[in-house]
Amino acid sequence: MCLGIPGKILSIDEHKRAVVEISGVQREVRLDLIAEATEPGDYVICHAGFAIHRIDENLAQELLDCLREIAGT
Amino acid sequence: MKFIDEYRDPLLAGKLLERIARLALSAGRQMTIMEVCGTHTVTIGRFGIRNLLPENIRLISGPGCPVCVTSIHDVDSALFLAGIPGVIFATFGDMLRVPGSQGVTLQRVKARGADIRVIPSAVDCIELAGENRTKEVVLMGIGFETTSPTVASVVRDCKERGIKNFSVFSVHKVIPPALKVLVDDPALNIDGFLCPGHVSTIIGAEPYTFVAEAGSSAVITGFEPVDILEGIFMILGQIREHKKTVAIQYRRGVNPEGNLRAKELLNDVFKPGATSWRGLGMIPDSGLYFREAYRNFDARLRFDIPPLESVEVTGCRCGDVLRGIISPRECPLFKSVCTPLNPLGPCMVSTEGTCSAYYRYH
Ligand code: SF4
Repeated sequence: MCLGIPGKILSIDEHKRAVVEISGVQREVRLDLIAEATEPGDYVICHAGFAIHRIDENLAQELLDCLREIAGT
Repeated sequence: MKFIDEYRDPLLAGKLLERIARLALSAGRQMTIMEVCGTHTVTIGRFGIRNLLPENIRLISGPGCPVCVTSIHDVDSALFLAGIPGVIFATFGDMLRVPGSQGVTLQRVKARGADIRVIPSAVDCIELAGENRTKEVVLMGIGFETTSPTVASVVRDCKERGIKNFSVFSVHKVIPPALKVLVDDPALNIDGFLCPGHVSTIIGAEPYTFVAEAGSSAVITGFEPVDILEGIFMILGQIREHKKTVAIQYRRGVNPEGNLRAKELLNDVFKPGATSWRGLGMIPDSGLYFREAYRNFDARLRFDIPPLESVEVTGCRCGDVLRGIISPRECPLFKSVCTPLNPLGPCMVSTEGTCSAYYRYH
């Protein structure tokens, strides 16, 4: 039940509702739980109709590169 | 898909497994790691991770499936509320087939005519309440810290909009007090916990400090195979260094301080209180109850739930499964009588229940 799925914001309306693309499907999620500014193109983790986290893409990439280095791939 | 496929990379997973094997060999002893979240259990089953790990690493499943840990008494109370004439009972789908006393389920109550709606999000209740002003919309408020802020947000929204025919039956639970019970259990002796990623998205890292203080690793871990393997790798690293700390593997999804806005909202609407968990019993401060300012939304106050005599299903060992004491295979009913089509306990009903994950993947 704690499933959170990363999705890409396609658009945001004036009520802080966003249309997000999740696995190729468009869904409406609320942005009320996120304090950071978000804009179309951002990735957010979605859970039960809400975005609960904005993913920092640069940080995610850095971490992945770092892990690859440690693992030796 | 971005932020998923990279973390399913077989090459990277293979390399991590090699690393894990090396660390496990040098540890030279049996180690126990608990994956706390039901979503972890599903990934571990689906990608066969349990069988890929070295033999001296035992992965056990924890209490992180909200439907599974809901007490039979709370299930019976939900069944009662759903059966009240004039009530529209809104619930997430997982709850529908969870048996209460005498094996009655919401599904059965629905078949008898109760108005039960399966909703993907608490937000749907706003519309339901608006379209059915002569009815009472009651939401089954279930879930951990990942979900409870979404419910809190809808409650605050309804308060602001003056929506009166909406209430929540809150059986929400918070994770750290339950972990405390497991950490303190001498029978378990867990070396490290894969702490739940999305619960931690909300609460951050600090609430797990007591785990490290008690001498176990607490690694907040994501839900893809590479995440799980990296989480295990980090725990083994801590074991080797003899330094147990709280660490975040799932950094792309978790800020160390958590989600401040969600925490503020949660704290505004709910206050902690003792509640009963299936398998773990009564745990102080592990449930969420409405604060005074929101008492009008409390289904426990709005409806008179009579004292109910709840009885557990005979033979079901969900309680022991949830505490990591037995694996589902050790339950005599597993696969013989109890199957996903005919589930006797919630751990077989919910797709992320440990019994159901073992049934499907082992
Ligand atoms: S296999 Fe079925 S009966 Fe046994 S513990 Fe799991 S849910 Fe309960």
